[in-house]
Amino acid sequence: MGSKKKAAPFNGTPEQEKQLKEVIASLKDDKGCLMPIMQHAQEIYGYLPIEVQTMIAEGTGFPLEKVYGVATFYAQFSLYPKGKYKISVCLGTACYVKGSGDIYDKLIEKLGIEGGECTPDGKFSLEACRCIGACGLAPVMTINDDVYGRLTPDMLDDILAKYAD
Amino acid sequence: MKTLEELNAVRAQMEGEVALRTHDSSSSKYERHVLVCGGTGCTSSGSMKIIETLEKEIAENGLKDKVQVVKTGCFGLCALGPIMIVYPEGTFYSMMSVDHIPRIVKEHLLGGNPVKEYLYDETVDGDNIKALDETAFYKKQHRVALRNCGVINPECINEYIGRGGYEALGKVLKEMTPDEVVQTILDSGLRGRGGGGFPTGMKWKLAKNIVQGGQKYVCCNADEGDPGAFMDRSVLEGDPHVVLEAMAIAGYAIGANQGYIYVRAEYPIAVQRLEIAIKQARENGLLGENIFGTDFSFDIGLRLGAGAFVCGEETALMTSIEGNRGEPRPRPPFPAEKGLFGKPTLLNNVETYANIPQIILNGAEWFASMGTEKSRGTKVFAVGGKINNTGLVEIPMGTTLRTVIEEIGGGIPNGKKFKAAQTGGPSGGCIPAEHLDIPIDYDNLISIGSMMGSGGLIVMDEDNCMVDIAKFFLQFTVDESCGKCTPCRVGTRRLLEILDKITKGQGTLEDIDKLEELCYYIKANALCGLGQTAPNPVLSTLKYFRNEYIAHVVDKKCEAGVCRDLLSYEIVKDNCIGCGMCAKQCPAGAISRTDYVAPGKKLAAMEIDKTKCVKCGACMGVCKPKAIIKK
Repeated sequence: MGSKKKAAPFNGTPEQEKQLKEVIASLKDDKGCLMPIMQHAQEIYGYLPIEVQTMIAEGTGFPLEKVYGVATFYAQFSLYPKGKYKISVCLGTACYVKGSGDIYDKLIEKLGIEGGECTPDGKFSLEACRCIGACGLAPVMTINDDVYGRLTPDMLDDILAKYAD
Repeated sequence: MKTLEELNAVRAQMEGEVALRTHDSSSSKYERHVLVCGGTGCTSSGSMKIIETLEKEIAENGLKDKVQVVKTGCFGLCALGPIMIVYPEGTFYSMMSVDHIPRIVKEHLLGGNPVKEYLYDETVDGDNIKALDETAFYKKQHRVALRNCGVINPECINEYIGRGGYEALGKVLKEMTPDEVVQTILDSGLRGRGGGGFPTGMKWKLAKNIVQGGQKYVCCNADEGDPGAFMDRSVLEGDPHVVLEAMAIAGYAIGANQGYIYVRAEYPIAVQRLEIAIKQARENGLLGENIFGTDFSFDIGLRLGAGAFVCGEETALMTSIEGNRGEPRPRPPFPAEKGLFGKPTLLNNVETYANIPQIILNGAEWFASMGTEKSRGTKVFAVGGKINNTGLVEIPMGTTLRTVIEEIGGGIPNGKKFKAAQTGGPSGGCIPAEHLDIPIDYDNLISIGSMMGSGGLIVMDEDNCMVDIAKFFLQFTVDESCGKCTPCRVGTRRLLEILDKITKGQGTLEDIDKLEELCYYIKANALCGLGQTAPNPVLSTLKYFRNEYIAHVVDKKCEAGVCRDLLSYEIVKDNCIGCGMCAKQCPAGAISRTDYVAPGKKLAAMEIDKTKCVKCGACMGVCKPKAIIKK
């Protein structure tokens, strides 16, 4: 699936770089600092392209392959940019037995992208997640910080329409 | 707060306020407290807006000095959220909406008359209104770990102190030796609530007895990765201080001065509340140097996970805190000997810690008096799936599954038939109806091919296909396998492929045998607990629902109507009114009109060309007379 994803050219700003350097300076002497630094870096840039990983490696003294190893191990670290609106469908057990698989399939059909991809206009990205803990509202999906619960496939058009801009 | 006396003073001041929430209004400066759930479930359904509107209405009606609004953690009944409780009465408003607030403020908070139509149905019986704790959902529960959840404001340390918080820490530091603390935990019979059920006191003893004079660590596993389990999240969101207090007690018992909490980044509210709690505890001298003026010092750091299920395994969790790929390593050496950063480490789960302060305060005997002989105390379950009262339930060990599902859980929705309950997440198994009366404890669940796990309990009805469920869990394991050992990395993928073949109607009876054989091989050879238990969903469904596997393989049928490749859609011509809606919906152009007009109908019936049908089910959704069937 990796080959299908086209990485947009990296266009980090000097402000972002300055922020990252501050984070590295403040955390790098803590034990086990690599993951917290990478989490901050992803907050700053939205994703962790090789350019950002290189900056982290140089700033902390960890070899680049270690940074890359950690970046590829954890599901939350993304090497590719995400959409302006990140759609995340819960495929945890409680949601799955209540039909979240159908919701996910419908979104793949409607957006024309697979899970883990981003629409060509950069607007929506789609991913499956495992339980956000809102099992009482199953099936659930989130779009950025908004949570939508008790979903049925026919609600999706109205929900997506809210993110028209 | 440097002394116990200061702690007691805060407690005395707060006790009256929090007592209002146990129906005792005698010493509160407010007439009423309105508690609104600020847990993940209710926040998702809009409880923050409710709080905002409530505060505005209360101010406008001049009630500010009489009514206090409290944002609490989870009440447990997530299916009915957003939830709002009015004390001292304990009146239970469910599925709240912002539009309900003005009436409730005027009629109830100002006028003293609860607005019946907004109350939870079960609490209204004519003129008689039942309190929250008298409902079927709460009555059979016994709350120890969840004692403060939905009672206190988790962002206010003084409310926690008002409920007896940090008293247990004071007691161990002033009155008990580390050996006595360990002995108390041993005597209580508490076993690890995160999955395996290892005796907690034994873990503490092992970590304590390692003498090398150097650094030791106390860790909290809050990487609740089982899909469908959210009890640890609720404790962290509703009562974060209990975990901090218990970790400090553990630190004193084993001789550690530093703790780490490893929490999922998917739980932003829990992370935020923990940050607040740690800050408040430090400001009050309850974490840091020389706690309560003794020579005991202890501090806690927070580490966020990044979405890897395997990090719930103890050795992987510690590897992850160290900043590496979270891969497990073989044991021994056990963490008590060589754990985090190579130092002796004690690691317990959130719910386990949540029991500790109560055990210290009430004694080992009190705790051991609850539950069954080998599984003492209570257990929290996150009940979800096809059940009416989805939510969080804490029951004494030994309660039957039937009680949990039928009485507390309120049964299965839409009159459907119970098929199985899944416990233990991807490491557990499916329990069929014939075992519903077995008392729940660690050993009984293992004897019927499942396990306690962290406490997820997903109910399935006749519309769920058990082969599909096994496939679902294997998909999860394949995605989450860290790849370090071959039995798990390759073996689970082979299992998934066989299951996929079966659900597509291409399986053979020989495949079922192969499936079973491979399961036992993986169980015996995988490196860590997650790999060793990964085949359990397959083995337990094979054990209890083998006929479903055989139906998929031999008859090419999925009785539950889930496995798409085995389904066919048909129009019952005598019920068809010929409206043609189905043909308009069909994306494959598979539906056309016949010449047959059913008796009493005006238009000719439709039919589906099975060679063109893509089995999307769109036609069934639009058919008004329900003439389309799936078999």
